[in-house]
Amino acid sequence: MHKILTKLIQFSLIAIIPILLAGCGGRSGSSVTIVGSTALQPLVEKAAADYQVQHSNVNITVQGGGSGTGLSQVQQKAVSVGNSDVFAEQQDGIKASKLEDHKVAVVGMGPVVNKDVSIKNLSMKQLKDIFTGKIKNWKEVGGNNLPIVVINRAQGSGIRKSFERVVLDGKQPMNAQEQDSNGTVQKIVEATPGAISYLSFSYFNNQVKSLTLEQVKPNAANVATNKWKIWSYEHMYTQKNASKETTKFIDYMQSKAVQQKLITDLGYISIHDMKVQMDANNKITPVKGGDH
Amino acid sequence: MDQIKNELTHKSKASKQDVRGRTIAFICIAVIMLVVLSILFMITSRGLSTFIQDKVPVSDFFTKTVWNPSAVDANGHYLVGALPMIVGSFSVTILAALLATPFAIATAVFMTEISPKRGQRILQPVIELLVGIPSVVYGFIGLTVVVPLTRQLFGGTGFGILSGTFVLFVMVLPTITSMYIDSLKSVPRFYREASLALGATRWQTISRVVIRASVPGLLTAIVFGMARAFGEALAVQMVIGNAALLPHNLLSPASTLTSVLTTGIGNTVMGTLPNNALWTLALILLVMSLLFNLLTRYIGRKGGLK
Repeated sequence: MHKILTKLIQFSLIAIIPILLAGCGGRSGSSVTIVGSTALQPLVEKAAADYQVQHSNVNITVQGGGSGTGLSQVQQKAVSVGNSDVFAEQQDGIKASKLEDHKVAVVGMGPVVNKDVSIKNLSMKQLKDIFTGKIKNWKEVGGNNLPIVVINRAQGSGIRKSFERVVLDGKQPMNAQEQDSNGTVQKIVEATPGAISYLSFSYFNNQVKSLTLEQVKPNAANVATNKWKIWSYEHMYTQKNASKETTKFIDYMQSKAVQQKLITDLGYISIHDMKVQMDANNKITPVKGGDH
Repeated sequence: MDQIKNELTHKSKASKQDVRGRTIAFICIAVIMLVVLSILFMITSRGLSTFIQDKVPVSDFFTKTVWNPSAVDANGHYLVGALPMIVGSFSVTILAALLATPFAIATAVFMTEISPKRGQRILQPVIELLVGIPSVVYGFIGLTVVVPLTRQLFGGTGFGILSGTFVLFVMVLPTITSMYIDSLKSVPRFYREASLALGATRWQTISRVVIRASVPGLLTAIVFGMARAFGEALAVQMVIGNAALLPHNLLSPASTLTSVLTTGIGNTVMGTLPNNALWTLALILLVMSLLFNLLTRYIGRKGGLK
């Protein structure tokens, strides 16, 4: 009995210590907690790692959880930064006026199909008809006789909102399969005959076929000029009076060091390259003063 | 005299240990109770706010078939029909249990009645291994093997209730088997001896006496397996297709309560209807696991050997 009790106590100590340590995480000066969008997570993680090499007194924690979580956590002041794929104005339950928007990158997205599909190009109208369920077979758009399998993204996810805003034009999408990550979508499209879905540019590979829309190629140069229309910002939202460490890190995210090297390496598009800008009402205007 | 008085009026070392041990045990129990109660409170209050705060009729939630919580229909009602998910969850659970039960019975009988030695040496580790495999691995195997196989054998896209059933079958099989083994072992030895003494063959003894006597144990094992299947999220999510559609056959994409919950929770904001609706799904899961628990207790009490 005594032995069991000692073991139990040891065990609970082992279980409790990490929690205590986590609680004291901020003790060595300053800490920045960043939570939210999984699409932005790899970039911020990498940038945070680089940043902490030079600033060893700052402790940056980066977590996923989704755009909704990021925004609601930063609104409740539970974290320093909330990452989001969508404008705070477009998310239910968020008071955007209380938050400060920092755009750190642009992500382009494009339709991808299984390799069995013979077509290479779609018009915007055809793409819309496919995702609303009007077109059900590839032969209706000039391809081979193969039923179309639509794979949509998770309801409420940033990528789906961006895609539907541009492509569906306010129409309801058909009820279809849903997957919540770029990686899974890529695998499923690769394996399912007749499948169509959409991915961030960085997930394009030679196992799936990316389509051109109205003969425009999905690439960074076309996104920069808005010739390719399906793209969105990656936002880092903070409270209006963010701590000095947080502001410094976001400045670093927007600096040339990150924007010119890391961002393009990881398949995002730099905000410095954009020749157009978009506001929270999805209005697109040319950037004044040309490139930085 | 004083020494005796002292010993009688003061606590001995052993009784102090006793008090200390009891205190620690009580603290642990109190902490666990607190955690459980707060989880229950959290899920219930959040889950019910769909009906109370957002005024969604309960009947709509359980009978409507369109799930799009961030939108409203032409009459301004929220589109929160959870029926497709409820049907999906129950179909995969029941089908997986139906499929797994014969295999579980056969394995358990083999391991306890027919060949206990080989059973112990070979099958026991295999079953324990199956229990230990993380569900994401099952899901990945499902996605790369089961889904294409289903597509080739039965048609469709391969994503659907059938694939979900196959994956869950492998996941609940060890649960049902190992629980049923325990209940077969608890069938008294003299039942078997009496049956053999009456001239019954081994097969007759197994099928008419041993299995018959262990029916309550088998039912409990199945219910436990179903509880596991009902709550499984990741593996099913990877193969079922996640379409919030009322499934019209086993090959059409469907969704479960858990798959909708896990894909949606990160994209919603606390306190809004899309988030509350997901908590309601969690509440349904909670209530179901409670029901499964009550069911096993009921079977255990009603059907014990007499």
